[in-house]
Formats: sequence, structure tokens, C-alpha cells
Amino acid sequence: MAENDQVDEKKLSAAARLFDVRRVIGGLFVVYGVIVTLIGLFDSQAEIDKAEGVRINLWMGIGMLVLGLLFLLWLRLNPPEPPDPSDIDEDRPPSH
Amino acid sequence: MVLAAESGLRLDLDIFDYLILVLYFGTVLGVGFAARRAIKTSADFFLSGRSLPAWVTGLAFVSANLGALEILGMAANGAQYGLLTLHYYWIGAVPAMVFLGIVMMPFYYGSKVRSVPEFLKRRFNKPTHIFNAISFAVAQVLIAGVNLFALALILDALLGWQLWVSILVGAAIVLTYITIGGLSSAIYNEVLQFFVILAGLIPLTIIGLVKVGGIDGLFEKVRQGPLGEAALHTWSNTGSSADNPLGANWIGILFGLGFVLSFGYWTTNFAEVQRALSAKNMNAARRTPIIAAFPKLLIPGVTVIPGLIAAVTITGLGAKEGDLQFNNAIPLLMEDLLPNGVLGIAVTGLLASFMAGMAANVSGFNTVFTYDIWQAYIKKGRSDDYYLRIGRWATVGGVIVGIGTAFIASGYGNIMEYIQQLFSLFNAPLFATFIVGMFWKRMTPWAGFWSLLLGFLASLTLYVAYLTDAITFNSALEQSFWGAGVAFVTAVVVAIAVTFFTPSKPDDELRGLVYGLGGTSNGTVVVSGEKVWWRNPVVLGTIAVVLALLLYIPVW
Repeated sequence: MAENDQVDEKKLSAAARLFDVRRVIGGLFVVYGVIVTLIGLFDSQAEIDKAEGVRINLWMGIGMLVLGLLFLLWLRLNPPEPPDPSDIDEDRPPSH
Repeated sequence: MVLAAESGLRLDLDIFDYLILVLYFGTVLGVGFAARRAIKTSADFFLSGRSLPAWVTGLAFVSANLGALEILGMAANGAQYGLLTLHYYWIGAVPAMVFLGIVMMPFYYGSKVRSVPEFLKRRFNKPTHIFNAISFAVAQVLIAGVNLFALALILDALLGWQLWVSILVGAAIVLTYITIGGLSSAIYNEVLQFFVILAGLIPLTIIGLVKVGGIDGLFEKVRQGPLGEAALHTWSNTGSSADNPLGANWIGILFGLGFVLSFGYWTTNFAEVQRALSAKNMNAARRTPIIAAFPKLLIPGVTVIPGLIAAVTITGLGAKEGDLQFNNAIPLLMEDLLPNGVLGIAVTGLLASFMAGMAANVSGFNTVFTYDIWQAYIKKGRSDDYYLRIGRWATVGGVIVGIGTAFIASGYGNIMEYIQQLFSLFNAPLFATFIVGMFWKRMTPWAGFWSLLLGFLASLTLYVAYLTDAITFNSALEQSFWGAGVAFVTAVVVAIAVTFFTPSKPDDELRGLVYGLGGTSNGTVVVSGEKVWWRNPVVLGTIAVVLALLLYIPVW
């Protein structure tokens, strides 16, 4: 029984680590945001004309950067913890 | 769906676009490796250890559906049928997703089954289980092949790669990340893909709208174009099927699309249901499809609207073959409007969406193969490690067979028709069997088997009759609607008829599987069970349905 509990705890912490999908999304979008914003800053007139005069790279770059930062901020403010046992109701099936 | 192999459509990606693409796939593989360290048991691999929060599984749920057919197909439909395409999103998805969350999920999640076929085994009997497990496995690898083929066509048409190289490269990437990371990895990537796809489609929509003078300008151009006023309304011209571009009347839309096809797809498709089964608790599982309904309401803004933009800006769109097919609406707009930079994002998003579709098929396949075929009938009672290993091999097998079916799919003229056929063959009878079996406890085990089998055969018979011209329909769409309808009615009638001649299961064996017997938390107690409204599936579901109705008003 004690051994089972230990395994369970280990699994929860593994799950908690993995829960950091926010870090993955945040990280990728920050990188994308920086790249696309930089492209946007140096866009030639031809590229702006292609996009009907919209500086789309600049705007989308900034937008993605902000989204990425928001995900990272969320992670910062609400870091992953092992799920609270009370959060898991009795209907939770055994994992196997 | 078919882009001509000799397509002249080419997107000129520069070094930064490729950098964006490479970063994405690097991240996807990184997630696979990270997920691998966390996998300890076969339940971790197949159901993510049932530990994921509802917003993750909810976005994965909608993303698993945001595959090849969804993006290119719905933009194509938008260009061809106008705003009537909105029915596929609103009446054709949201009510079924809410129904799945509120009514059906307690049975799926609460009965502790690991798959939809396993539910059938417990509710009915082994023959029903085997029939469904095998037909599901076959359907999944067939659809995986279609997704792989579509992915390869895009690589071929956009990047200039050879078709067979594209198929193998796409398969290799999908295989790597599912085998390594299991369902967690697939689900995490689906969430990531969701944002990348949107980041690709949003600039396309914005620039497109600027080009045509905003929504008003777009509608004005549609009104004056060949589609005309009828393409700008969803319901008001559906009194007769002749008055609207879709060629369907409101009864067909409401019952064919909104009931049989939609409920069949959303509530019994294990590739979708599996996302909810991996949620951390019953409430999160029930909220999964309901949370997914909210993005689903808005996605037509970046698929149907670009389709309409393509219809009015690209002259000659709608050709039978070559570059100007409706299916190319999105790639053509990308070629036309997107500068390098956002172009890289859009190409990445598109490729990601095909992989999301294929990954969903393959992870659904490997679970059913391992639990429902291998463990149940071939090698019973082995260790958990053993089944984990079998699951990994099943993934490899599924992808390899998928490569084969991708080449089969490449022989078909229209993949959309092929897919719709699969749905009307497999999902419509399954839904009928489910719905009767869940709400009528007397329905017997053999009634389950015969209704599933005869429903399938009825739909197959109609399809063969259509192929051999014994029966004619206006379109393949109409045929698949009738196929689904016939399958549904046959399955219901057979279920009732056979029940009268065969013995029922005792109530005790059905507890938690059938409505009204107790044994699990069913829909009745939940309204008071949740303290905060935004976690209450019933409240959230009601909001989703009301929003769908409200969204219809301006485009009535």
C-alpha cells in the first residue's frame, strides 16, 4: 500500500511537470514574436504592398510576442503544483 | 482536397520562413522527449495518466478536429456554398459537443472504460466489441492515410517536394512524436498547434478583408458575384433545397447534419472522446467538449470568411481540376497576400493541422488495437510493460499502414467524399446503437451486435447502389446524408426488434452504463454539485448553445 502511494505521488509530480504546456506555448510564441517583429521592422515596400498596405509582420509579431509573454506570466503567477487531492473527485478511475 | 500533382502553385519561402518551420518541429520533438520521461504506465501512454486540466484537453479536443479536412475543406465549402457552411460549425457541431459533455461523458468517464469499443463490450457483448474495435481500427488507418496524403500534397504544392518524399517525411515526424511521447505528447502538440494555426489564419483573414473593403465590402461583392444573396444567409433560403447553394432544405440541415451526422461524429468518435478521457477528473472530462465548443463557434471566422474572400478575389476559382479548385482557396490566398514572415507561420500552421489530424487517428488506433484487440483477444493477462510496448509497436504499424492507405487515397479524385462515406458507414449506425443502448436498459446484448452490423450493411448497400448507378442522387453529399439516415433508422429498428427475441442483461451488470440506473454520477445531480458557475458543465453548455443561436441572428 505504501509503495502504491509512493508511485502515485511520483506520477502526479511527473504529470505536474508535464503540465507546463504553458511554458512550451509561451516560449515558442515569444521566439516567433521576436522573429516576425524583426522581419516586420525591416519589411520592404514590396512586401507591405503585397499585404495590401498592412504592416502585417509587425502587428502579428507584436501580437504573438504578447501572447507568448502572457502564457509565461500565467505560469509565473500560477506555477504548476502537484494536483490538489481534493481537486480529484471520487469518480476518477484508477489509472489502469 | 486534391491539389494537382503538377501544381504551379508555389509559395516562396525564405530563410526566415524555414527557420519558423524548423523551430516548430524542433519544439514538437522536444515535447515528445520531455513527455517520455514522464511516462510510467500504459495508462500514462494511452490516456495521459488521466491527469490533464480541462483547458488543455478542451483545446486538444477542438484541435484534433482541426485537421486537413477542416481547414481546407471548410474554406472550400465557404467559397462554394457561402455562409451556409456555418451550419457545419454551429448546428452541426456545438449541440453535439454539449450533449457529449453533459449527457454522455458521465457514462464514458464514470464507467472507467479506456475506449469506446470497451464501453460496447460492457454494455452489450464480445461480438459487438470485436466488430466495433476492428471497424474502428480500419477506419482510423484509412483516415490517417487521407490526412497523410493531404499533408504530402501541401508539402508538394507549397514547398515543391516530391509526393512520396512528403508522405515519408510527414509519417516519420508523426511517428516520432507519438511513439516517443504517447498521448500526452500528441495532446500537448495539439494545443500548441491550435495557437500556431490561428496565428497563420488570422493575418490571412485580416489582409483579405482589407483587400475587399471589410465585411461590408465582402458581402457586397458576394451579392454581385455568381453566389449572390442566397450565399449570405444561413436559414432564410432553406425552405426548398433549390433556393440555396448548398442544395439542402432546413429539415435536411436540422436532422441530417445537425442530428445524425453531427451527433454520430462528435459523440462516438473515439479519436475525439479519448481527449476527454485523459482529463484529470469527471468534471474536467465533462467540460472538455464544452470548452472546445467555444473556439468551434469562432473558427469559421478564419476558414469560411477566407473562403468567401477567395471566391470574390480569385478569378476562375472553382475549376474542376488544377490549381483553381475550391480546395486550394487557402493556399491560393496565402500565395496572393502573405509576405515572408507571417507566410512561414501560416505554412507551419497548415502543416501542423494535418499532423494534428493524423496524430489523432494514430493515437486512437493504437489504444483500440492494444486494449480492445490485442489485450482482449490475443494475449491476455500480460504485464503493463508488455502492453506499453505493444502500444508503441501498434503506433509504428498504424503509421506504416497509414503510408499504404495514403497511396490508396492518392488514387481517389475527391477525398472529402471518401471521408464522408467513412462517416456514414461507421459513425451513423454506431450512434444509433449507443443512443438506444444508453437510454433503454432492456436493449439486449445481441440487439447491440445486430443493430451495429445491419446499420453498417444498410449504409454500405446504399453506397454500392450509388456507385453502380442503381440509385442516383444529386450529389455525393446528398448520398452520404441518406446513407447516414438509412444506417441510423436501420440500427434503431433492428435494436428494438432483436430486443424482443433475446435475453436482456440484469440491471446490476448495467450499472454506470445505462441512464437512470445509478452507479455513476449522471446528469441529474450535477447542477448543484459545482460551486462556481464557470466550472459547471451544464451552465457552460447552455451558454455555448445560446451563443450559437445568437451568432445565427446577423446571418439569418
